[in-house]
Amino acid sequence: MRSHAGRRLTGGLAMFGLVAWLVAFAMPQNAHAEYADIVINNYADAAGMRPAVFPHWFHRIRFRCKVCHADLGFKFKAGGNQITMAKIIEGQFCGACHNGEVSWSVENCDMCHSGIPGTPTHFHGSTVQRLIAPPYQGLDANKKLSK
Amino acid sequence: MVMERAKKKSSPLIASFLLVFAGGWGMQAQAETGSVFADKGIIVLAAEVSSVNTFNVNLKKVKDPNAPPAEDGLRDVENPATHVLQHPKEAYVGLPKTEFGNHVDWVKAIDDGLLKPRWEKTDPTAEPFVLDLDIVRPVKASVPDVVFPHRQHTEWLSCSNCHPAIFIPQKGANQISMSAILLGQKCGVCHGKVSFPITTKSCKKCHSKPKPADWKPPLSEATLKNPWK
Repeated sequence: MRSHAGRRLTGGLAMFGLVAWLVAFAMPQNAHAEYADIVINNYADAAGMRPAVFPHWFHRIRFRCKVCHADLGFKFKAGGNQITMAKIIEGQFCGACHNGEVSWSVENCDMCHSGIPGTPTHFHGSTVQRLIAPPYQGLDANKKLSK
Repeated sequence: MVMERAKKKSSPLIASFLLVFAGGWGMQAQAETGSVFADKGIIVLAAEVSSVNTFNVNLKKVKDPNAPPAEDGLRDVENPATHVLQHPKEAYVGLPKTEFGNHVDWVKAIDDGLLKPRWEKTDPTAEPFVLDLDIVRPVKASVPDVVFPHRQHTEWLSCSNCHPAIFIPQKGANQISMSAILLGQKCGVCHGKVSFPITTKSCKKCHSKPKPADWKPPLSEATLKNPWK
């Protein structure tokens, strides 16, 4: 014979377990943004803005790599261009197109500054990120560690 | 007393749910068991089985590779404009597919005339200077030799993007290794970041020229000079 209290305890635990199991599998394990999306957070967080997210896929549908990486002078390095809003409104970098002529203008802050605050500058889905062991840094790195 | 018996009867059920916990939340489940159920032998045994024994801990598979901006884990859902941004899946309708990267074959999309990205910022009629020149690079290991096609690259890039900063335009002047590429040098400046990534499924896109039929892998020095032979 089982008491009501015992049944309630069992049922409650079973329900809790089921809910917890569902939640654990429904929760996003990690970011799964588009391959080659870049988060740029050189200065944004410090200025009280969300980091900027650059979607490569959207831009490569419309432009060849050459337009930005040769004509506009974007270096092939995430966070390596020291882009600031001052440069953008002068017509450099993003400002070459995001000026209200080729594309929408800079007053639409949130379209780019859309990243989760605190996200560091990085290439999303890059091969280096997917390596299971961190890449070997060479003997110099070991020396620095031992100091 | 009755309560006690009821608890004991239900213990295998609780244990089974704790096992599910161990799979999902690992360490957290162990901590919970330790503090609450430590005095009930069977439960502790079930939950103490290490949570690392799952299949495969290091295999990172993305369930939805082309997630909408609001669900991509990078963008802030609190940001109003996040919900205005275009969904990649909508943009990719009708484009040829691949198994890696954005899951779009960008080169084929241009070749088939499905996409016509601009070559000049404001001139939609400007055409790229396409150089149809293949460079064959022999590879020491058993994988097929590398064929570098200038054509696909010059459809997207100008010469100055790669030459001379990344590749010296001279035969034999460039030392390239897969470890350098994986760390983002040489081909890895783009491949593995924007253009197709380095995975088991993409090896043969570059390593595409089969070795001659009589080719044998060179024996390593340690084998040739083996004193125990």
